[in-house]
Amino acid sequence: MKHVVASVDEIPPGGRKIVEVAGRSVGVFNLEGEFFALRNSCPHQGGELCRGPLSGWVSSRGPGDYDYSRPGEILRCPWHGWEFDIKTGQSWFDPRRVRVRSYEVFVEVSAPPEDDAAGAVEGPEKGPYVAETYPVSVERRSVVVDVPS
Amino acid sequence: MNPDVGHGIVDCDIHLVVPSIEVLLPYLNDHWRAYIRETSFKGPIDTSYPRGAATSGYPQTDRPDGAIPGSDIAQTRAEVLDAWGTEYGILTCAYAVESVRNPFAAAALAAAVNDWQLREWLDREPRLRGSVVVPSQDPELAAREIDRVGDHPAFVQVYLPVRSEALYGTRRYYPIHEAALRHDLAIGIHFGGQPGNPPTAVGWPSHYVEEYVGMAHVFQSQLIGLVTEGVFDRFPALRVVLIEGGVSWLPSLMWRLDKEWKGLRREVPWVRRLPSAYIREHVRLTMQPLDAPPDPARLLEVIDHLGSEDLLMFATDFPHRHSDGRPDALLHGLPEPLKRKITRENARAFYALP
Amino acid sequence: MTATAVKIPTPARSKTAIIDCDIHNNVPSEDALYPYLPERWLRYGERFGVRSYRYSGAYYPRANPAAARTDAWPPTGLPGSDLGFLREQLLDAWNVEYGVLNPLIDDGAPGQLNLEYAAAVATAINDWQIQEWLDPEPRLRASLVVPYEDGDLAAAEIDRLGGDSRFVQVLLLARTGEPLGRRKYWKLYEAAERHGLPVGIHFGGLGGHAITGAGWPSFYLEDHVGMPQTFQAQVASFVFEGVFERFPALKVVLIEGGLAWLPPLMWRMDRAWERLRDEVPDVDKPPSTYVREHFWLTTQPMEEPPKREQFLQLLAQLAMDDKLMFATDYPHWDFDAPDQAFPARLPADLERRIMNGNARALYRL
Repeated sequence: MKHVVASVDEIPPGGRKIVEVAGRSVGVFNLEGEFFALRNSCPHQGGELCRGPLSGWVSSRGPGDYDYSRPGEILRCPWHGWEFDIKTGQSWFDPRRVRVRSYEVFVEVSAPPEDDAAGAVEGPEKGPYVAETYPVSVERRSVVVDVPS
Repeated sequence: MNPDVGHGIVDCDIHLVVPSIEVLLPYLNDHWRAYIRETSFKGPIDTSYPRGAATSGYPQTDRPDGAIPGSDIAQTRAEVLDAWGTEYGILTCAYAVESVRNPFAAAALAAAVNDWQLREWLDREPRLRGSVVVPSQDPELAAREIDRVGDHPAFVQVYLPVRSEALYGTRRYYPIHEAALRHDLAIGIHFGGQPGNPPTAVGWPSHYVEEYVGMAHVFQSQLIGLVTEGVFDRFPALRVVLIEGGVSWLPSLMWRLDKEWKGLRREVPWVRRLPSAYIREHVRLTMQPLDAPPDPARLLEVIDHLGSEDLLMFATDFPHRHSDGRPDALLHGLPEPLKRKITRENARAFYALP
Repeated sequence: MTATAVKIPTPARSKTAIIDCDIHNNVPSEDALYPYLPERWLRYGERFGVRSYRYSGAYYPRANPAAARTDAWPPTGLPGSDLGFLREQLLDAWNVEYGVLNPLIDDGAPGQLNLEYAAAVATAINDWQIQEWLDPEPRLRASLVVPYEDGDLAAAEIDRLGGDSRFVQVLLLARTGEPLGRRKYWKLYEAAERHGLPVGIHFGGLGGHAITGAGWPSFYLEDHVGMPQTFQAQVASFVFEGVFERFPALKVVLIEGGLAWLPPLMWRMDRAWERLRDEVPDVDKPPSTYVREHFWLTTQPMEEPPKREQFLQLLAQLAMDDKLMFATDYPHWDFDAPDQAFPARLPADLERRIMNGNARALYRL
């Protein structure tokens, strides 16, 4: 079911708003004009994920090399610092422990990492979790989140 | 031949003991020979294995032949290789050159030990393989020694004492890892070492038994360091074996390291997979001692918690004695295929033995 | 349909009343302790500041500011420094029946190299705890901060406040100047035993040594993961120095050290003791016997093995069901949530003991 959660002006680029819809807490983020919504609960221990710091993705070619990219697109849980991609809800590690049953439909087990061409920055191993995400649309200057009832 | 392990095992920890500095003199140059004579230097003192401690397997005075165990090839043949039906035995030599502060003296002694080992052991006994002794406190000199002897086919690894001034995962030791890879050698990290810094995070313990027990904690720290500092990312072909450090602590370490990496990995982004995945890929452990639970059913649990059957390699650790039982008693009750892996296949694969 | 902004904090997530055995109260800023310090040490602190091992070269940038949950900052001051905020975010939100305060204030008292200053700071912290925490909030209990690198000074502070039953244990930090079984700490244990106080050893501290037996690691991850090795060295020291033969009523709580390393340590110590006991003739029982009699453990940071049955196997290996006590470590970043921290469902009786029963018995709550 669709819910109007904010006006576009309320959530500027880089901003967020945490709202309650259909009985659950949801974080709505504006990444350069595009809106994304995630469930405000970390699949690990239930910390309020959407209140965590926003940062970039840190990757590496080897010890001592820090490559910082995608600033503002990675959400870190305020508790244990687990990292999630705001655009997809993908976790960047491998918690394995399946204990949040409501997420089961979103679980996808990734293939082992492939070795990229020499010198290329390898991607991280995707974790099997995807934090629950919801479609977001903008209708007449309002931000609308579609959350299943 | 032993009923439990059968014929043709690989023994991954047979001690080679330098009985006195005298045996090294023929392998030292004129300067060091004169220097040792003029200063009455007796060589590094071995404190990792007190002579009267039951774990050390001494005193030699109990022995009918009077030989210091591990210093006499006939004795090692008879009591280890023949007695166990060993196909391959890996020599480890804890001669504490790392305790000699003069790095050039340490390097000269290490070279002498290696030449003595080659001439008087490896060249004479085809079942034996050797570990290169290096002045690990000076990685550049250590690398030079590895380059000097590393292509001899009987050497299969570089010997590093687990106690060190700095963690082997740090950049300081890259020259050793690079040299090992140049010669297709494994890194063997072994119980002991006398680097001068205390063996615990809280200083010097009063008793040997604490140091002995605590050696497992130094292994844990080294392993954490190897993964976290990025050695396996920097050197993807590196193979490491932890020798005589215990086994049963490994699951708890992997659980903790995996858990904390999930939240802290941004600090070490070169660690791209679960730390336990690196460990299972790159690291092996010798099985003497195992530090097994008293209940044999729990032992299978511990082996299950390791998450792989490829990690353990059999060792007698001659002449050390970590328990009243025989080293192979640990294998009792394990499934046959696992027993075969532990006593033969894992080590053959790890050391690429023919 | 419109949405409403979510209300923080959310209602209590735990139905079970819990006893939280590791809460970190802090000062909002360093001058909060000034009223509790004598003139001499106030001047000393102002002029020379903190002189401790930490500032002799042992710094890792941490995961988060103040090593805290990023949502645990009160409107003003440091995490853990605002009682009202702590009530709301921890005590009320999680149905905390009792909480044990373990103040780790900057370097606290024990980190000071000047031992007399350390003693003065310890006294100030304890008086501040009475006034600002224990008097206003009946759900709170506290650990007694002592200058533990000096047995006499530590014993004096224990004797000064040991009669106040709201102080439920003596607080030590895991990284000490010497292994904790050694003689220099015995007067502290004697005093703790005299007042029936357990000795709690908490994650952290700095005793002037690298955190490994092989030098300093480069990264906070290693520093943080390295603490179990420190705890292991301390347990071995207590056992092999014969501390429990000398102080048979001594109880030791290992706080924030984890659990999973302890069974293999017991196995290793027992085997080593069988072979090497002639070196330590006072130790006449297997080490695991002393461990199971004298040590308690807090659960945070929770062990998270890949399979849930492995967690239950771990508890069976420990065989210390009456010694495990729940802790959140609030407000630190590795906080354990009481309702979701356990990786496997526990038998109801065991869960009750861990969540409150064991701590109630140990701390006499």
